[in-house]
Amino acid sequence: MQKCLFRLTIQQIKGNNMRNAIVISSTDNVAVVVEPVRRGEPIIWIGPDHRELSITAATDIPIYHKCALRDIAPGEKIIKYGEHIGEAGAPIRAGEHVHTHNVVSIREELV
Amino acid sequence: MVFYGYKRPDGRVGVRNHVLVLPASVCASDTTAKIADQVEGAVSFHNQNGCSQVPADEAWTMEVLSGYAANPNVYGTLVVSLGCENCQMDYVVREIRKKTNKPLRQIIIQEVGGTPNAVELGVRYARELVAEAAKVQREPFPLSELILGTECGGSDPTSGLAANPLIGEVCDRLVDAGGTAVLSETTEFIGAEHILARRAANPKVRERLLFIIRRYEEALARVGEEVRNGNPSPGNKAGGITTLEEKSLGCIHKGGHRTIQAVYDYGKPMSDKGLIIMDTPGNDAASMAGMAAGGAQVIIFSSGRGTPSGHPLVPVIKITGNRETWKKMSPNTDLDASPVIYGPETMQEMTDRLFALLMETVNGKQTKAEALGFVETSIARVSNYA
Repeated sequence: MQKCLFRLTIQQIKGNNMRNAIVISSTDNVAVVVEPVRRGEPIIWIGPDHRELSITAATDIPIYHKCALRDIAPGEKIIKYGEHIGEAGAPIRAGEHVHTHNVVSIREELV
Repeated sequence: MVFYGYKRPDGRVGVRNHVLVLPASVCASDTTAKIADQVEGAVSFHNQNGCSQVPADEAWTMEVLSGYAANPNVYGTLVVSLGCENCQMDYVVREIRKKTNKPLRQIIIQEVGGTPNAVELGVRYARELVAEAAKVQREPFPLSELILGTECGGSDPTSGLAANPLIGEVCDRLVDAGGTAVLSETTEFIGAEHILARRAANPKVRERLLFIIRRYEEALARVGEEVRNGNPSPGNKAGGITTLEEKSLGCIHKGGHRTIQAVYDYGKPMSDKGLIIMDTPGNDAASMAGMAAGGAQVIIFSSGRGTPSGHPLVPVIKITGNRETWKKMSPNTDLDASPVIYGPETMQEMTDRLFALLMETVNGKQTKAEALGFVETSIARVSNYA
């Protein structure tokens, strides 16, 4: 059973921001955390228009590792830097750690 | 927007006004160092090559030696050779003359009676060149005269998150202003070649790009090495890098997002505007040597761990996205790019800051490496010495 534990909230930055993640390109479906994050803790980054965006961590995420910004189905592309860095090898939930256990590398045909 | 540079007789524009004391081979390098040490405004470096090299390596050495003399940051060059090396004086001079008509003097150590005479004569020649160089004034030029090299070394996870994307933004801004940005380090394209290929201006550029990557992998294969296996490394993975595509994307981001207009072989004179690629190795000093030989007047270098690297002719602006590195290595680092990650500045504001630093630097502000007097460089090689 999977409940929707994760809610995307949008609010304006107030004073000192608490960002602990970075989304490199606006089309990315993963964020990179810049502090270690524990399951249940908020992951906060600055989105377009200086807005603070957040999602709740579904798993522990080590520093500099990736977190899904939305549910990603198996075979769907993992997008970072606005480009795909591989495909989901398993269903990935929003807020979940994205790494070698659920991503497969694809070598694109060049010809 | 303009920058203030030095007009050269070959039509190019420098951002420094060096006199280069150029060692034709390893055998002349101690002598050139002694000459340059005694002349304010003269610069030299240690050339490890110039003799006992296979033809492919000798070609690269000659490309870099002649390219250094032609680099627009150089007013004029004093070539010093031993006399019996493979890179003979007339050969070096001929290659330099193919690239530039700037002032040139020559000394052959074996002909002038050894090092003491070569140093005495060399100091006199170098002083004359410096005195002439001092008469050239900075004038305003459009940004289309600028060639910016990019480099990364001592990388850590912040390189791909902050420093490289920031350099990419500055490259985009320079390209949009009519200038040239150079993406280097072919090793780092591997895994992201399909992405770079999509950005090629035309099929010829695309083919050339894929060719240099293939050639690089084949050269490594000849000595039994392979890039794709075991990459990303266990250390990369522990640091959060999942796939080779991801690792390479973090590197190529420093070139920005524009169309790739041309692909140049190592050290070749660069003439296209916009974003271009040069085929260089991942070694920082050798990669920067290729871009400087190709005419880059300035380089921005991202380093997660911090590095002292500089260049004898080209100011190297070093930035780090790691705030701990900034604390420890700020004597060697020019800009703290960690606000890209932690705020309070936005990427846009940080781009403004780095672009402003780039302009100050080309207009004459010393980089940390320049202030330290760092001149080490190296020339890429494909083989052992013959």
